[in-house]
Amino acid sequence: MTNATEESAIKQEPRGRSRLSRILDSDIMHSFLRSKITILSAVVTLLFLIGAALAPWIAPHNPFDLASISILDARLPPIGMEYSDPNYLLGTDDQGRDVFSGILYGARISIAVGFLSVFFAAIVGVLLGLIAGYVGGKVDAVIMRVAEVQLTFPAILIALLVDGVARAVFGNLDRERFAFWILVFSIALSFWVQFARTVRGSTLVERNKEYVQAARLIGIPPFLIMIRHVLPNVIGPVLVIATINLGLAIITEATLSFLGVGIPPTQPSLGTLVRIGNDFLFSGEWWIAMFPGCALAVLVLAVNLLGDWLRDALNPKLR
Amino acid sequence: MLAFTIRRLLQAILVMLVVALISFTLFRFVGDPVNQMVGVETTPEQREALRELLGLNDPILVQFGRFITKAAQFDFGTSYQFRQPVAELIGRRLPATLELSFVSAVFALLVGIPMGVYTGLHRDSVLSKLFLSISLIGISLPTFFIGILLIFVFAVTLQWLPSFGRGEVVQLGWWSTGLLTWSGIKALILPAITLGLFQMTLIMRLVRSEMLEVIRTDYIKFARARGLRQRSINFRHALKNTLVPVITITGLQLGSIIAFAIITETVFQWPGMGLLFLQSVQNVDIPIMAAYLMLIAFLFVTINLIVDLLYFRVDPRLRVERAAH
Amino acid sequence: MKRQPLLSVKDLRVEFPTRRGVLTAIDGISFNLREGEVLGVVGESGAGKSITGTAVIGLLEPPGRIAGGEIRLKGERIDNLPPAAMRKLRGKRIGMVFQDPLTSLNPLFTIGDQIIETIMTHLPVSEREARDRAVALLEEVGIPAAGDRLSAYPHQFSGGMRQRVVIALALCAEPELVIADEPTTALDVSVQSQIIRLLQRVCRDHGTAVMLITHDMGVIAETADRVAVMYSGRIAEIGPVRDVIKSPSHPYTIGLMGAIPSLTGDHDRLTQIPGSMPRLDSIPTGCAFNPRCSLTMERCRIERPELMPAGESQAACWKLLETEGAGR
Repeated sequence: MTNATEESAIKQEPRGRSRLSRILDSDIMHSFLRSKITILSAVVTLLFLIGAALAPWIAPHNPFDLASISILDARLPPIGMEYSDPNYLLGTDDQGRDVFSGILYGARISIAVGFLSVFFAAIVGVLLGLIAGYVGGKVDAVIMRVAEVQLTFPAILIALLVDGVARAVFGNLDRERFAFWILVFSIALSFWVQFARTVRGSTLVERNKEYVQAARLIGIPPFLIMIRHVLPNVIGPVLVIATINLGLAIITEATLSFLGVGIPPTQPSLGTLVRIGNDFLFSGEWWIAMFPGCALAVLVLAVNLLGDWLRDALNPKLR
Repeated sequence: MLAFTIRRLLQAILVMLVVALISFTLFRFVGDPVNQMVGVETTPEQREALRELLGLNDPILVQFGRFITKAAQFDFGTSYQFRQPVAELIGRRLPATLELSFVSAVFALLVGIPMGVYTGLHRDSVLSKLFLSISLIGISLPTFFIGILLIFVFAVTLQWLPSFGRGEVVQLGWWSTGLLTWSGIKALILPAITLGLFQMTLIMRLVRSEMLEVIRTDYIKFARARGLRQRSINFRHALKNTLVPVITITGLQLGSIIAFAIITETVFQWPGMGLLFLQSVQNVDIPIMAAYLMLIAFLFVTINLIVDLLYFRVDPRLRVERAAH
Repeated sequence: MKRQPLLSVKDLRVEFPTRRGVLTAIDGISFNLREGEVLGVVGESGAGKSITGTAVIGLLEPPGRIAGGEIRLKGERIDNLPPAAMRKLRGKRIGMVFQDPLTSLNPLFTIGDQIIETIMTHLPVSEREARDRAVALLEEVGIPAAGDRLSAYPHQFSGGMRQRVVIALALCAEPELVIADEPTTALDVSVQSQIIRLLQRVCRDHGTAVMLITHDMGVIAETADRVAVMYSGRIAEIGPVRDVIKSPSHPYTIGLMGAIPSLTGDHDRLTQIPGSMPRLDSIPTGCAFNPRCSLTMERCRIERPELMPAGESQAACWKLLETEGAGR
């Protein structure tokens, strides 16, 4: 008898209650409600999502409507400072665009790129992981070797390369039109590995279980078995990886945009806004870079805290 | 151990070949090299002559072979935008990047490991929680924004440290160093912190979680049951057991530090390889992209090899053949 | 006059606070251990055997805590010592042997390193003396070519050999008491009895008392002087081994005896106790064993029985009251 077995005996849940009450009393829900920081992060994330989704309706100005911006309003400081204009809560940039509205519209793009790239990375990763784990042999070896090689290169480098290639293939003008999707593609491409490795591991375990052998004997297509039995098992880890990678993807997008190879200034994301503002840091107009930067940091922090909490809640051993 | 080393070496060579293939594909098929080198007024005959001269009409395999042979001699051709040999361009920028990467890696290790040990041992202390909060912020803040914040505080507002460039450098042969002058060191501080902060938080969290794991093991319980001193248990028995994963990740991080230098170099206008690479991406200067890719891959592979060999020093289980029972 | 016992545990309670309430893992147990005596502690998984051992040596993992009672070593209270004093006591006066020798030794240090460090922590000797002592100890526990093996790493030993090293480590500062927590469970059947006999011999030679925790009644019969049978964090029966085995008084002990395969073939089949031990959060009122007992009376469901004399032993069962006076 060890302490561990004793603990697991303690942990067992009483059975026979409704699903809802089980969810409300589950460890996950409990740890969620116990942690004020987690609740706060969830609220912040939700606010960002709503703000981004409804940007065209709730933003006080439309920074892309050339008719509505005036160069006379350029470089106004945020409210509370001298010369500020009550119309512009967080001030304006060099072309007279409202910084606050810019952040709402920028978050829209940042979040969209983040979600889409993680989504595609997860699909590619889960599929390849299933195939590698199920088929095994040479296919497995090839997929995993590619994954290993790729893992040695930081995501940002891969994304930069993809972008460079895209420029060469499309030319600079076309690239701007496709910038959004190129970015999604390049980030997704650099994030699939972690998904694939996790799913492959679970598939290997599941493949050798007796019910899979039995199902195979009665002629159920193995891939169907995998999808029905392995997928539910890996949903937890995949969700954790996805949440943690969402923060990373948003950072990667912002970084690429900041470096000038991501989203072009005509439809700025948060990273592009910081890039624009960076030029005015030394002339005293700090708000143009700082506010979008802080918004980005808060968003990523909230998402990361959620990811951290989710990982701990699903895997108490790692606490 | 020899067999292991050889196998690792072969794997390393394989990785290099794959990367070379990617580089070559980039170089050869993404955009026409001839178009990049000549002006609009060049006649088709001249183009064809250049094509022949560059060997672009040879079989692909021959071209690939030539590419690898040249790469092994650091010959990556001529930059499209600078019209200079790529090797020379990179060679001039290399010291700046390596110095920056090295200093920030040392910073990350020297600060990250003690913080990790501390937070692993004193899980619930106030200081641990503070460290962990800082680390979470460190991971959530994008590198470029950390750089901008540091510039805003220390360069623009307080005006203590310079915000761009390397300061005065001293030439030691072909190597230019900023570590020997006061202005060079001052110029290095902000970029090194910016670049090292992320790795520092990563190392700290890794050491912490390894520490938490190791402290639960039977051999640590047994060490406590034998009444060994707490300090010996923590820093001799436990820390050594956390080192294998720490070495792995640190090794990998060293590689990514060099890659992340791209961002830091851009923020601080640091005249290194990263800045050069970014310009080459923006201007579709394929030879520089290909060369940089190969160089980074080479550094990664070398570091990984060193890391693998380091394991043997730390973990006797890998070192010795199994003894008779 | 009775001599002072080496170890005296009185009304010990160990609790684990959880968010669903406080679980009582050890619920008021008392026992004594004389110098040089071997006390077997037996019971099913989860009965609280290991936790008792861990509580005695002061290594309960938080949030587990001693919630009541006292532990005395030669009359001196040790359950409320400050951590530093307790640390000095561990290894020096109370040694411990864990279940799995494969994981008990630090893989990155030679066994010489580990033994010498332990000796030098507790005894005022030079490194050279410590080394000589280590070699002598290893020889004593039956490691061939002990001098050369000092520089070997744990992975270079087999399981049985490692457990010998672990025993040497537990004994290297001459403790008065060794707590052996399932010392043979993780070993090959073929080496189990060797290790048990080794433990018995070495402890007898050094005059060390042993608290032998095991679920194997056969090991107890072979090794122990006295035995404590634990059930649900309480002692069901305690007494001289011979007495408990020959004439068990508690229905649970009787059931346990039925579950040992006998070499002489007295029983033609093994009997099994129906049901399983209650979980810590649902221990029934009264006697914890009452749902599984074939002799349950009304009183067993209401009132918890304390240990009461049953021949040379003591057992916690209301049935004893009924037959009291009738003799056995």
